[in-house]
Amino acid sequence: MNIVVCVKQVPDTWSDRTLRASDNTLDRAAADAEINELDTYAIEEGLRLAEAHGGEVTFVSMGPERALESIRKALSMGGDKAVHLVDDALHGSDALGTSAVLAAVIGQIGFDLVILGSESTDARTGVLPAMLAERLGVPQLSYASKVEIDGTTITINRQADYGYDRVEATLPAVVSVVEKINEPRYPSFKGIMASKKKPVQTMSVADTGIDQAQVGLDGAACEVVTFAKRPARQAGTVVADEGAGGTKAADFLVSRKFI
Amino acid sequence: MAEILVLADHEGETVKKVTLELVTLARRFGEAAVVWTGQGGEAAKDKLAEYGAAKVYIAQGSEYDDYVVAPKAELLAWLVGQRNPALVLLPSTAEGKEVGGRLAVKTGSGILTDVVGLSDDLTAEQLIFGGAINVSSKVRTGSPIIAIRPNAIVPEPAAGAAVVEPVDITISDQARQARVLERVVQQRGARPELTEASIVVSGGRGVGSADNMALIEKLADSLGAAVGASRAVTDAGWYPHQFQVGQTGKTVSPQLYVAVGISGAIQHRAGMQTSKTIMVVNKDPEAPIFELADFGVVGDLFKVVPQLVEEIGKRTS
Ligand SMILES: Cc1cc2nc3c(=O)[nH]c(=O)nc-3n(C[C@H](O)[C@H](O)[C@H](O)COP(=O)(O)OP(=O)(O)OC[C@H]3O[C@@H](n4cnc5c(N)ncnc54)[C@H](O)[C@@H]3O)c2cc1C
Ligand SMILES: Nc1ncnc2c1ncn2[C@@H]1O[C@H](COP(=O)(O)O)[C@@H](O)[C@H]1O
Repeated sequence: MNIVVCVKQVPDTWSDRTLRASDNTLDRAAADAEINELDTYAIEEGLRLAEAHGGEVTFVSMGPERALESIRKALSMGGDKAVHLVDDALHGSDALGTSAVLAAVIGQIGFDLVILGSESTDARTGVLPAMLAERLGVPQLSYASKVEIDGTTITINRQADYGYDRVEATLPAVVSVVEKINEPRYPSFKGIMASKKKPVQTMSVADTGIDQAQVGLDGAACEVVTFAKRPARQAGTVVADEGAGGTKAADFLVSRKFI
Repeated sequence: MAEILVLADHEGETVKKVTLELVTLARRFGEAAVVWTGQGGEAAKDKLAEYGAAKVYIAQGSEYDDYVVAPKAELLAWLVGQRNPALVLLPSTAEGKEVGGRLAVKTGSGILTDVVGLSDDLTAEQLIFGGAINVSSKVRTGSPIIAIRPNAIVPEPAAGAAVVEPVDITISDQARQARVLERVVQQRGARPELTEASIVVSGGRGVGSADNMALIEKLADSLGAAVGASRAVTDAGWYPHQFQVGQTGKTVSPQLYVAVGISGAIQHRAGMQTSKTIMVVNKDPEAPIFELADFGVVGDLFKVVPQLVEEIGKRTS
């Protein structure tokens, strides 16, 4: 089975994230970088499925030079090889552009299963899994909290507001995962050493066959016009509970007409 | 006047509040045309009329519920082709965003998600990085696809004709690939839905156990609120995942958010920071959640919450 796992490098959630004043894009240089947390669950699921059913795991990442750190980190958890899509022309791409090039690369690699996180912590659009399924013309099995494969039949639990749906499809498919699906492994020392020798192929926009006009800041179908730091919330009242904390809280709710 | 397509979020014939919010917003830009999939559209028509819907497209086939997302996107793409709407509005829910994503690919239009406001020239307001930064964005290609965060718009009644137009298109095999076998409902009492509720009461690790979540439910019920949880709680299995609030859970924007035994990590704040009023109960005065509190009690939740429930009971009886 050919498994492709998408890995995105994002700014560390705990760092001071901001946009660049020059072009209103994410300032990736200003913050520490890490693998998008949900992608670590996608990586783990890909590795487990390959262990259980046999097959090869390929990581795909689109991002600047520095994204190679995240690719190596993924390879130190396991897997066989990676493709790094890196090209200055990609800077500022929106979800439409990103999905176009990722789909092209994934199509070239060939796949039975594409696994990705259901959302990234920087853009938080959560549309990539649906866009990839649409572009690749394969079933969309998104928000998976459980994946089972039997021959070419794949069944997932799809997280929903009311609980979950059992959803079934035939491979090939796109699966996006939520964080309740597994517990990602830590890279072992052996894994870290082995990762250095695993092949990472670099690709440019031209290599994908996608028209350059579809990607990058100029090709994006949306643009950020302005941005501003939000003012901090005004400090409220904090009381220590000396026996009447609950009563005081009720007084507050009355004063704001909630009761 | 141009049509504005609004994808209805509903459960059977019950219209979800976010749908009325979207209709209210749509009226500012043109004729609100609701797109209703599955059953219940006829029965819901009056409600939609009350909020100013001019039209209701009803596509009542079962395929819209039997297959994941793709049929809805196909239907919307067809309507976009037919009606050339000035704008497509969707709820910024897990499913709404996915429908929008597929629609964007089909139509080549830009999509903006988690939008909290739209100005007259269709500039969208978004809050990013856990609510730290305000962003104004615009779609510059195609009929803009905008996913609106539930509870961001106040629904306002206005008379509408809500003329029903049945739509019966053939959904392709391509869109029938991910089949829903079974719907597993894990409801927790008859509470309002988390993203729609005007009051949310959330419990964190401080609550201590699955059994103790009953205390949070009790407080919620005394206020007619929805129950939420921090990730520490859902990771521990004390409460189901769909109730998680935060970066990898739901984003909520209620009138009142009550955080009980929650420290206020950035990932949690990302999902509740835009609540209008925030109340906190935590025994640690240094907990970062107090930075957001309009009213906070430093104390043991096992003492404060029961007293609060009792006081609410007294004052509402
Ligand atoms: C990528 C990523 C995504 C994440 N997504 C989310 C998300 O979507 N939602 C989310 O919530 N978290 C998320 N987290 C986790 C987040 O970082 C925190 O770990 C989590 O929010 C902590 O939950 P908590 O506040 O309940 O627990 P803790 O941080 O352990 O806080 C418990 C609080 O309870 C108080 N307390 C204890 N006992 C009592 C008592 N008897 N009375 C009163 N107070 C008491 C303590 O003082 C403490 O402040 C994410 C983390 C990562 C890395
Ligand atoms: N540049 C990228 N390279 C690789 N994978 C990506 C990239 N952008 C998004 N993804 C994948 O798509 C998922 C959803 O991202 P998003 O739609 O941006 O919230 C992420 O969790 C990643 O797995």
